[in-house]
Amino acid sequence: MTAIPADSAPKDRRRLAVHRVEIGDRIYEILTTACALVVPALVTAIAIAIFAAAWPALTKLSASIITSSDWDVGAGRFGAAPALFGTIVSSAVALVIATPLAIGVAIFLSEFSPRWLRQPVGFLVDLLAAVPSVVYGLWGIFVLIPMLREHVMPFLRDTLHLGATPFFSGAAYGPSMLAAGVILAIMALPYISAVSREVLLAVPRSQREAALALGATRWEMIRDAVVPYAKSGIIGGIMLGLGRALGETMAVTMVIGNRPEISASLFAPGYTMASLIANEFSEATSDLHLSALMAVGAVLFIITLIVNAIARWLVWQVSRERAI
Amino acid sequence: MQQSTEVAPGARVIPNVVAPRPVAAPAREASTADKPAVIASDLWAYFGDTAAVKDVSFAAPAQAVTAIIGPSGCGKSTLLRCLNRMHETAPNTRVEGKVEILGTSIYGEGTSATVVRRHVGMVFQRPTPFPTMSIRNNVAAGLRVAAERPQSRAGLQDTIEEALKRAGLWEEVKDRLDDSAMALSGGQQQRLCIARALAIRPRVILLDEPTASLDPLSTQKIEELVYHLRETVTVVIVTHNMQQAARVSDRTAFLLVGELVEFAATNALFTAPKDPRTEAYITGRFG
Repeated sequence: MTAIPADSAPKDRRRLAVHRVEIGDRIYEILTTACALVVPALVTAIAIAIFAAAWPALTKLSASIITSSDWDVGAGRFGAAPALFGTIVSSAVALVIATPLAIGVAIFLSEFSPRWLRQPVGFLVDLLAAVPSVVYGLWGIFVLIPMLREHVMPFLRDTLHLGATPFFSGAAYGPSMLAAGVILAIMALPYISAVSREVLLAVPRSQREAALALGATRWEMIRDAVVPYAKSGIIGGIMLGLGRALGETMAVTMVIGNRPEISASLFAPGYTMASLIANEFSEATSDLHLSALMAVGAVLFIITLIVNAIARWLVWQVSRERAI
Repeated sequence: MQQSTEVAPGARVIPNVVAPRPVAAPAREASTADKPAVIASDLWAYFGDTAAVKDVSFAAPAQAVTAIIGPSGCGKSTLLRCLNRMHETAPNTRVEGKVEILGTSIYGEGTSATVVRRHVGMVFQRPTPFPTMSIRNNVAAGLRVAAERPQSRAGLQDTIEEALKRAGLWEEVKDRLDDSAMALSGGQQQRLCIARALAIRPRVILLDEPTASLDPLSTQKIEELVYHLRETVTVVIVTHNMQQAARVSDRTAFLLVGELVEFAATNALFTAPKDPRTEAYITGRFG
């Protein structure tokens, strides 16, 4: 303490400069924290607004809004069960079609594709996500639906004799649950594929070599080492695609037929919650009608929330196993 | 850090492990003279246009441990990876020359790299258990594609138990075979990988710096394991640790910038090296 030389004075000045930087850090911290808080605040605000607006319908109609199939605006009956059914079934059909296709594309691009092909094909698949949904809707009306009606539906029903099951029976009108499922599959595919491709490429070379060194063929290596390692990420990608399918409105509204009926057949027209809201909000004049639409929106909100929660839980479950 | 972890246990282990060697040696000498298990002739391995292994010829005796030593980047791992056709799994690689495993040329026309690897097992520098599989399924992983796979459930259990016993891991994991492999320590994971490689009953097993990422105690366990493995299988081990080579191997190959400088009985190579470069390396003048 006694040995401090006289020329140590400049050091004090430097400490002042350090102090200023701390203020900058503080401002930066407050700004970023504020940004981070805005997002959950926004989501909460939206949720509160929806539920508040839906409250009159929810108290008046209670569970009948999701259990009843009777949607009669004039009579004040709002049963959205067909729309709930349609949302779930069309998304399920989409996943059944898109998942194997998307994982196949991802495995090809990450494991088999020559390097020069990987970029362009990956880019084209990603581009599917950039096409506006109304364009998909137009394509659905003018290309997909005629094709389904003329070729695919008769083939499934008559040639493969799947008409014997209730799922592929009845007249082939065109606009149908199947058409919606196919459109949604195309729209969900790039999400599933892009995420799967990234996680497959992220599987360490050591894991691949470990499988190869045991005498695995390339296919066995992918099956036993690569895909299991990437499983949690792939599930995350599927859930992302499902989220996309559940909420998609425009393209589905254009091809699903918008008929509020529950039918086992995928050839029959259907309805989804998103289409219901989109079709009716502009002519909703009575308070109860508007509130009923808000209630449908609230149900859709909850379903997507649950899907995402399940996705998080699955990913967390698998990654926790690995982290031990 | 690596220096201290490797030299320290060596000083303790040498008396225990190396002492019984003269007793076992004559029997091995005889089988050595009979038929080398691994014969490499005029072997070249390339990355693109760069040769990593240059005109290497050597013969690893059956049911013995052959060590490959040399400074970092000398091509010893590449040489090892030519012995089970792993080298060619990297892009832009090429192998020239001949490798014979137990009399069969593994680069011959019509041979399958995957079938070769079922007879020539490999364990890597870092433990590579399959993280989503249980301990049991890790050991069984190779059996799904093995040449001779157990037919019954009981046979599978026996094979798993036998492999874990040979890898010296059975006592530590027998009560928790269905736990995740990631619950094991690094050293246990590495022995699990050895068990996984042994389960498909390879004739030759290649170890690529198997203790490089392990602590001294785990290293010692693996070295003891390698020492005993020679009773049932031919071992080729790559190591940058000369003490380790001295402790576990019967013959040692010294590699320098892709060329085989000297290949001799381990005792001879470490006590009376013929090449001045070998002498310089083992006395610590470079590398």
